[in-house]
Amino acid sequence: MKAIINIALKNGVLDSQGKATHHTLDTQGFKEIVADVRVGKQIIMELNCNDAATAKDEATKMCEQLLANTVIEDYDITIEA
Amino acid sequence: MKVSVLQFPGTNCEYDTKYAFEKLGAEVNIIWHEETTLPEDTTLVVVPGGFSYGDYLRSGALAKFAPIMTAVKDYAANGGKVLGICNGFQILTETGLLPGALKRNDNLHFISKHHHLKIINNDNTFLSELNINDVVNIPVAHHDGNYFIDPDGLKELEANGQVLLRYCDKDGNNQVLNGSVEQIAGVCNKEKNVFGLMPHPERAMESLLGCDDGVKMLQGFFK
Repeated sequence: MKAIINIALKNGVLDSQGKATHHTLDTQGFKEIVADVRVGKQIIMELNCNDAATAKDEATKMCEQLLANTVIEDYDITIEA
Repeated sequence: MKVSVLQFPGTNCEYDTKYAFEKLGAEVNIIWHEETTLPEDTTLVVVPGGFSYGDYLRSGALAKFAPIMTAVKDYAANGGKVLGICNGFQILTETGLLPGALKRNDNLHFISKHHHLKIINNDNTFLSELNINDVVNIPVAHHDGNYFIDPDGLKELEANGQVLLRYCDKDGNNQVLNGSVEQIAGVCNKEKNVFGLMPHPERAMESLLGCDDGVKMLQGFFK
């Protein structure tokens, strides 16, 4: 299975990179269309596992222990075959 | 006084830290991250500055699983004193030995300069040689020094006297440096045996090199 994990700062935690990127998009003619920008990271993993539920459980443990800092970040896991 | 200074791949302040504590009269050993025990009779563990594991994933995130950190956690749980400077502070928050987290500086710049700090609480070993509201001038050099803690956590820190230092101007007025909540530059744990700060007292040890205010800070551990 494949795990695709998106990690971004929580709502309410100022995302300076998102803000700076938003500002630059504004200056490039996208002011009308762009309402908000958040910058995060994506981690893509190939798992030695054929069961989606196990894959999700293990990926969740990885996020809690290492991949995300849950003081400031949220994570979202998508499992694909 | 026997100081153990940790060394991870990418640490770069271990020798400055060794110099600083030796200048104050301590015996200092540099401890490689793959060690599983600290030298016997260690009286202070210092997690120094640098870029452990290249700051990959998040600053300090990978170092928390280094073999030596298990020994450091046990040492702290038994009341042993631990000081984290800069990347060391990031590692201690990632490890959970200190509350909060350190984010990218709000202005996205790597900030490297001398900055004033105000002493907020001195009811602890580290700052016991300084008075509340004293101002020291200490170098900062970081990209991820923007201290974050949620409002409940902040209340708890303030109620327990865990806020150690705030960024300020030369007269002691709070000053925004990197976006830290309430301009916090350093905190300790509730038990007051684990300390962390972004500025580098070990780089302010010689007046010939601009400032020796770091002496007043690190001296607290020698009481």
